[in-house]
Amino acid sequence: MVTADKKRAAYRALQDRILNGEGAASPEQRARAFSNAGLDAPLDRLIGKVATRPTQVTDADFAAARAAGVSDDEVFELVICAAVGESARLYDAGWAALAEATDSEEAG
Amino acid sequence: MRPEILNSGYGTGTKLLFKLIALFSRQPVPDAAKLVFYRPDFYGSLAKEFTHEAMRGPSAWSVGDRELMAAYVSQVNGSAFCIAAHTATARQAYQDGPKVAAVLADLDSAPIERPLRETLRMLGKLTAEGKLSAEDMRDVLASGVSREQVGDALAVCAAFNTTDRLADAFGFEVLSPEGFEAGAKYLLRRGYR
Repeated sequence: MVTADKKRAAYRALQDRILNGEGAASPEQRARAFSNAGLDAPLDRLIGKVATRPTQVTDADFAAARAAGVSDDEVFELVICAAVGESARLYDAGWAALAEATDSEEAG
Repeated sequence: MRPEILNSGYGTGTKLLFKLIALFSRQPVPDAAKLVFYRPDFYGSLAKEFTHEAMRGPSAWSVGDRELMAAYVSQVNGSAFCIAAHTATARQAYQDGPKVAAVLADLDSAPIERPLRETLRMLGKLTAEGKLSAEDMRDVLASGVSREQVGDALAVCAAFNTTDRLADAFGFEVLSPEGFEAGAKYLLRRGYR
Protein backbone atom coordinates (compact mmCIF):
# COMPACT_ATOMS: atom_id res chain seq x y z
CA MET A 1 0.00 0.00 0.00
CA VAL A 2 2.95 2.31 -0.62
CA THR A 3 1.44 4.85 -3.02
CA ALA A 4 -1.99 4.93 -1.33
CA ASP A 5 -0.31 5.47 2.05
CA LYS A 6 1.82 8.29 0.67
CA LYS A 7 -1.33 10.02 -0.58
CA ARG A 8 -3.01 9.64 2.78
CA ALA A 9 0.06 11.12 4.49
CA ALA A 10 -0.16 14.14 2.14
CA TYR A 11 -3.78 14.69 3.20
CA ARG A 12 -2.78 14.42 6.85
CA ALA A 13 -0.11 17.09 6.28
CA LEU A 14 -2.78 19.43 4.88
CA GLN A 15 -5.07 18.75 7.86
CA ASP A 16 -2.24 19.41 10.28
CA ARG A 17 -1.38 22.71 8.59
CA ILE A 18 -4.87 24.15 8.53
CA LEU A 19 -5.63 23.09 12.10
CA ASN A 20 -2.35 23.78 13.87
CA GLY A 21 -0.39 26.27 11.76
CA GLU A 22 -0.66 30.05 11.90
CA GLY A 23 -3.99 31.55 11.01
CA ALA A 24 -6.37 34.47 11.44
CA ALA A 25 -8.94 32.28 13.18
CA SER A 26 -8.01 30.67 16.49
CA PRO A 27 -7.01 26.99 16.47
CA GLU A 28 -10.11 26.33 18.60
CA GLN A 29 -12.42 27.90 15.99
CA ARG A 30 -10.67 26.00 13.21
CA ALA A 31 -11.08 22.73 15.09
CA ARG A 32 -14.81 23.44 15.56
CA ALA A 33 -15.21 24.16 11.84
CA PHE A 34 -13.25 21.00 10.94
CA SER A 35 -15.52 18.83 13.10
CA ASN A 36 -18.66 20.86 12.25
CA ALA A 37 -19.54 21.07 15.93
CA GLY A 38 -19.64 23.71 18.65
CA LEU A 39 -19.69 26.92 16.57
CA ASP A 40 -22.00 29.77 17.53
CA ALA A 41 -24.53 31.44 15.22
CA PRO A 42 -24.24 32.61 12.50
CA LEU A 43 -21.08 30.64 11.68
CA ASP A 44 -22.71 27.32 12.56
CA ARG A 45 -25.09 27.75 9.65
CA LEU A 46 -22.43 28.57 7.04
CA ILE A 47 -20.06 25.85 8.24
CA GLY A 48 -22.84 23.26 8.54
CA LYS A 49 -23.78 23.91 4.93
CA VAL A 50 -20.16 23.64 3.73
CA ALA A 51 -19.86 20.26 5.42
CA THR A 52 -23.18 18.68 4.48
CA ARG A 53 -24.98 20.67 1.72
CA PRO A 54 -22.46 23.02 0.09
CA THR A 55 -24.61 23.82 -2.95
CA GLN A 56 -26.98 25.64 -0.57
CA VAL A 57 -24.40 28.18 0.66
CA THR A 58 -25.54 31.72 -0.19
CA ASP A 59 -24.13 35.25 -0.19
CA ALA A 60 -26.33 35.88 2.86
CA ASP A 61 -24.41 33.24 4.84
CA PHE A 62 -21.17 35.15 4.17
CA ALA A 63 -22.83 38.51 4.91
CA ALA A 64 -24.09 37.19 8.25
CA ALA A 65 -20.57 36.09 9.23
CA ARG A 66 -19.16 39.49 8.30
CA ALA A 67 -21.93 41.29 10.22
CA ALA A 68 -21.02 39.21 13.26
CA GLY A 69 -17.48 40.60 13.09
CA VAL A 70 -15.77 37.60 11.46
CA SER A 71 -13.10 38.78 8.99
CA ASP A 72 -12.86 37.51 5.41
CA ASP A 73 -9.59 35.77 6.26
CA GLU A 74 -11.17 33.99 9.20
CA VAL A 75 -14.10 32.90 7.02
CA PHE A 76 -11.68 31.72 4.30
CA GLU A 77 -9.91 29.51 6.84
CA LEU A 78 -13.03 28.18 8.52
CA VAL A 79 -14.68 27.22 5.20
CA ILE A 80 -11.52 25.33 4.22
CA CYS A 81 -11.42 23.59 7.60
CA ALA A 82 -15.05 22.51 7.18
CA ALA A 83 -14.46 21.16 3.65
CA VAL A 84 -11.29 19.30 4.60
CA GLY A 85 -12.87 18.01 7.82
CA GLU A 86 -15.87 16.45 6.11
CA SER A 87 -13.65 14.96 3.39
CA ALA A 88 -11.26 13.57 6.01
CA ARG A 89 -14.17 11.77 7.67
CA LEU A 90 -15.16 10.22 4.32
CA TYR A 91 -11.55 9.25 3.62
CA ASP A 92 -11.25 7.61 7.07
CA ALA A 93 -14.59 5.81 6.65
CA GLY A 94 -13.39 4.37 3.33
CA TRP A 95 -10.16 3.13 4.84
CA ALA A 96 -11.99 1.67 7.84
CA ALA A 97 -14.32 -0.31 5.54
CA LEU A 98 -11.32 -1.52 3.53
CA ALA A 99 -9.51 -2.62 6.69
CA GLU A 100 -12.61 -4.45 7.93
CA ALA A 101 -13.13 -6.18 4.57
CA THR A 102 -9.53 -7.29 4.22
CA ASP A 103 -8.97 -8.27 7.88
CA SER A 104 -11.90 -10.69 7.75
CA GLU A 105 -10.71 -11.93 4.36
CA GLU A 106 -7.28 -12.71 5.78
CA ALA A 107 -8.80 -14.29 8.91
CA GLY A 108 -11.21 -16.38 6.85
CA MET B 1 -15.97 34.41 -5.71
CA ARG B 2 -16.93 35.14 -2.15
CA PRO B 3 -15.73 36.48 0.20
CA GLU B 4 -14.35 39.48 -1.71
CA ILE B 5 -10.69 38.89 -0.74
CA LEU B 6 -10.68 35.86 -3.08
CA ASN B 7 -11.24 38.27 -6.00
CA SER B 8 -9.03 41.15 -4.92
CA GLY B 9 -6.63 39.96 -2.25
CA TYR B 10 -3.64 38.98 -4.39
CA GLY B 11 -0.19 40.58 -4.57
CA THR B 12 1.15 42.45 -7.61
CA GLY B 13 3.16 39.46 -8.87
CA THR B 14 0.20 37.10 -8.67
CA LYS B 15 -2.09 39.61 -10.41
CA LEU B 16 0.45 39.87 -13.22
CA LEU B 17 0.61 36.08 -13.46
CA PHE B 18 -3.20 35.90 -13.77
CA LYS B 19 -3.05 38.48 -16.59
CA LEU B 20 -0.39 36.47 -18.43
CA ILE B 21 -2.33 33.20 -18.05
CA ALA B 22 -5.46 34.87 -19.40
CA LEU B 23 -3.49 36.37 -22.28
CA PHE B 24 -1.88 33.10 -23.37
CA SER B 25 -4.88 30.83 -22.81
CA ARG B 26 -7.32 33.45 -24.21
CA GLN B 27 -9.63 32.43 -21.33
CA PRO B 28 -10.26 33.97 -17.91
CA VAL B 29 -8.26 32.30 -15.10
CA PRO B 30 -10.57 29.71 -13.51
CA ASP B 31 -11.51 30.40 -9.88
CA ALA B 32 -10.16 26.93 -8.98
CA ALA B 33 -6.72 28.11 -10.10
CA LYS B 34 -7.03 31.48 -8.33
CA LEU B 35 -8.03 29.94 -5.00
CA VAL B 36 -4.74 28.08 -4.56
CA PHE B 37 -2.85 31.37 -4.96
CA TYR B 38 -4.68 33.02 -2.06
CA ARG B 39 -2.44 32.69 1.02
CA PRO B 40 -0.93 29.50 -0.45
CA ASP B 41 0.82 28.76 2.81
CA PHE B 42 -2.55 28.12 4.47
CA TYR B 43 -4.16 25.81 1.92
CA GLY B 44 -2.97 26.06 -1.69
CA SER B 45 0.54 24.61 -1.50
CA LEU B 46 -0.30 21.42 0.40
CA ALA B 47 -3.66 21.02 -1.36
CA LYS B 48 -1.95 21.13 -4.76
CA GLU B 49 0.60 18.56 -3.62
CA PHE B 50 -2.09 16.16 -2.38
CA THR B 51 -4.36 16.62 -5.40
CA HIS B 52 -1.47 16.15 -7.83
CA GLU B 53 -0.39 12.98 -6.04
CA ALA B 54 -3.97 11.62 -6.10
CA MET B 55 -4.65 12.53 -9.73
CA ARG B 56 -1.23 12.14 -11.39
CA GLY B 57 0.92 10.19 -8.91
CA PRO B 58 1.70 6.48 -9.33
CA SER B 59 -1.46 4.35 -9.60
CA ALA B 60 -2.81 1.33 -11.46
CA TRP B 61 -5.74 3.62 -12.43
CA SER B 62 -5.16 5.65 -15.59
CA VAL B 63 -5.38 9.45 -15.59
CA GLY B 64 -8.69 9.12 -17.48
CA ASP B 65 -10.07 6.74 -14.83
CA ARG B 66 -9.14 9.16 -12.05
CA GLU B 67 -10.60 12.16 -13.88
CA LEU B 68 -13.79 10.14 -14.38
CA MET B 69 -13.87 9.39 -10.63
CA ALA B 70 -13.48 13.14 -9.98
CA ALA B 71 -16.37 13.91 -12.34
CA TYR B 72 -18.54 11.17 -10.82
CA VAL B 73 -17.94 12.26 -7.20
CA SER B 74 -18.64 15.86 -8.25
CA GLN B 75 -21.89 14.78 -9.86
CA VAL B 76 -23.00 13.07 -6.64
CA ASN B 77 -22.22 16.35 -4.83
CA GLY B 78 -24.04 18.40 -7.49
CA SER B 79 -21.00 20.68 -7.89
CA ALA B 80 -21.56 22.38 -11.27
CA PHE B 81 -18.05 23.79 -11.76
CA CYS B 82 -16.28 20.53 -10.91
CA ILE B 83 -18.65 18.31 -12.91
CA ALA B 84 -17.96 20.36 -16.04
CA ALA B 85 -14.22 20.69 -15.41
CA HIS B 86 -13.57 16.99 -14.83
CA THR B 87 -16.03 15.73 -17.42
CA ALA B 88 -14.03 17.75 -19.96
CA THR B 89 -10.73 16.44 -18.57
CA ALA B 90 -11.87 12.78 -18.53
CA ARG B 91 -13.21 13.14 -22.07
CA GLN B 92 -9.88 14.50 -23.33
CA ALA B 93 -7.84 11.95 -21.36
CA TYR B 94 -9.79 8.99 -22.74
CA GLN B 95 -10.36 10.59 -26.15
CA ASP B 96 -13.87 9.19 -25.65
CA GLY B 97 -16.70 11.59 -24.89
CA PRO B 98 -19.55 9.06 -25.24
CA LYS B 99 -18.03 6.76 -22.60
CA VAL B 100 -17.79 9.59 -20.05
CA ALA B 101 -21.32 10.76 -20.83
CA ALA B 102 -22.65 7.19 -20.48
CA VAL B 103 -21.08 6.76 -17.02
CA LEU B 104 -22.55 10.02 -15.77
CA ALA B 105 -25.97 9.20 -17.25
CA ASP B 106 -26.26 5.60 -15.97
CA LEU B 107 -23.40 3.80 -14.25
CA ASP B 108 -25.04 0.35 -14.54
CA SER B 109 -25.30 0.34 -18.32
CA ALA B 110 -22.15 2.33 -19.19
CA PRO B 111 -19.56 0.55 -21.39
CA ILE B 112 -16.78 0.22 -18.79
CA GLU B 113 -15.09 -2.73 -17.10
CA ARG B 114 -16.47 -4.12 -13.86
CA PRO B 115 -13.58 -3.02 -11.57
CA LEU B 116 -14.03 0.65 -12.52
CA ARG B 117 -17.84 0.38 -12.31
CA GLU B 118 -17.74 -1.12 -8.80
CA THR B 119 -15.17 1.45 -7.68
CA LEU B 120 -17.29 4.36 -8.93
CA ARG B 121 -20.33 2.87 -7.21
CA MET B 122 -18.40 2.64 -3.93
CA LEU B 123 -17.14 6.24 -4.19
CA GLY B 124 -20.65 7.45 -4.98
CA LYS B 125 -22.12 5.69 -1.95
CA LEU B 126 -19.38 6.96 0.37
CA THR B 127 -19.89 10.52 -0.90
CA ALA B 128 -23.69 10.40 -0.68
CA GLU B 129 -24.06 8.56 2.63
CA GLY B 130 -20.82 9.33 4.45
CA LYS B 131 -20.24 5.68 5.30
CA LEU B 132 -19.49 2.28 3.80
CA SER B 133 -19.79 -1.28 5.09
CA ALA B 134 -17.17 -4.01 4.83
CA GLU B 135 -19.65 -5.71 2.49
CA ASP B 136 -19.58 -2.71 0.12
CA MET B 137 -15.82 -2.95 0.06
CA ARG B 138 -15.81 -6.73 -0.47
CA ASP B 139 -17.94 -6.17 -3.60
CA VAL B 140 -15.25 -3.87 -4.97
CA LEU B 141 -12.40 -6.27 -4.12
CA ALA B 142 -14.34 -9.21 -5.59
CA SER B 143 -14.59 -7.35 -8.92
CA GLY B 144 -10.80 -7.54 -9.24
CA VAL B 145 -9.76 -4.20 -7.72
CA SER B 146 -6.60 -4.40 -5.58
CA ARG B 147 -6.39 -2.88 -2.08
CA GLU B 148 -3.85 -0.40 -3.43
CA GLN B 149 -6.32 0.68 -6.12
CA VAL B 150 -9.03 1.16 -3.48
CA GLY B 151 -6.66 3.39 -1.52
CA ASP B 152 -5.83 5.36 -4.67
CA ALA B 153 -9.54 5.80 -5.47
CA LEU B 154 -10.25 6.98 -1.91
CA ALA B 155 -7.57 9.67 -2.37
CA VAL B 156 -9.36 10.95 -5.50
CA CYS B 157 -12.62 10.91 -3.53
CA ALA B 158 -11.09 12.94 -0.68
CA ALA B 159 -9.56 15.47 -3.08
CA PHE B 160 -12.86 16.09 -4.85
CA ASN B 161 -15.08 16.09 -1.81
CA THR B 162 -12.83 18.91 -0.62
CA THR B 163 -12.71 20.80 -3.93
CA ASP B 164 -16.45 20.38 -4.62
CA ARG B 165 -17.27 21.95 -1.24
CA LEU B 166 -14.91 24.85 -1.81
CA ALA B 167 -16.23 25.40 -5.35
CA ASP B 168 -19.81 25.72 -4.11
CA ALA B 169 -19.08 27.57 -0.86
CA PHE B 170 -16.74 30.12 -2.48
CA GLY B 171 -18.99 30.30 -5.55
CA PHE B 172 -16.61 29.38 -8.40
CA GLU B 173 -17.86 30.98 -11.60
CA VAL B 174 -18.93 28.39 -14.18
CA LEU B 175 -16.86 28.84 -17.36
CA SER B 176 -17.85 28.67 -21.02
CA PRO B 177 -17.43 25.27 -22.74
CA GLU B 178 -14.26 26.68 -24.35
CA GLY B 179 -12.99 27.74 -20.93
CA PHE B 180 -13.48 24.22 -19.53
CA GLU B 181 -11.80 22.64 -22.57
CA ALA B 182 -8.79 24.95 -22.15
CA GLY B 183 -8.65 24.10 -18.43
CA ALA B 184 -8.80 20.37 -19.19
CA LYS B 185 -5.95 20.69 -21.66
CA TYR B 186 -3.89 22.47 -19.01
CA LEU B 187 -4.65 19.81 -16.35
CA LEU B 188 -3.56 17.03 -18.71
CA ARG B 189 -0.37 18.83 -19.70
CA ARG B 190 0.68 20.17 -16.31
CA GLY B 191 -1.31 18.38 -13.63
CA TYR B 192 -2.40 20.03 -10.40
CA ARG B 193 0.91 21.36 -9.03
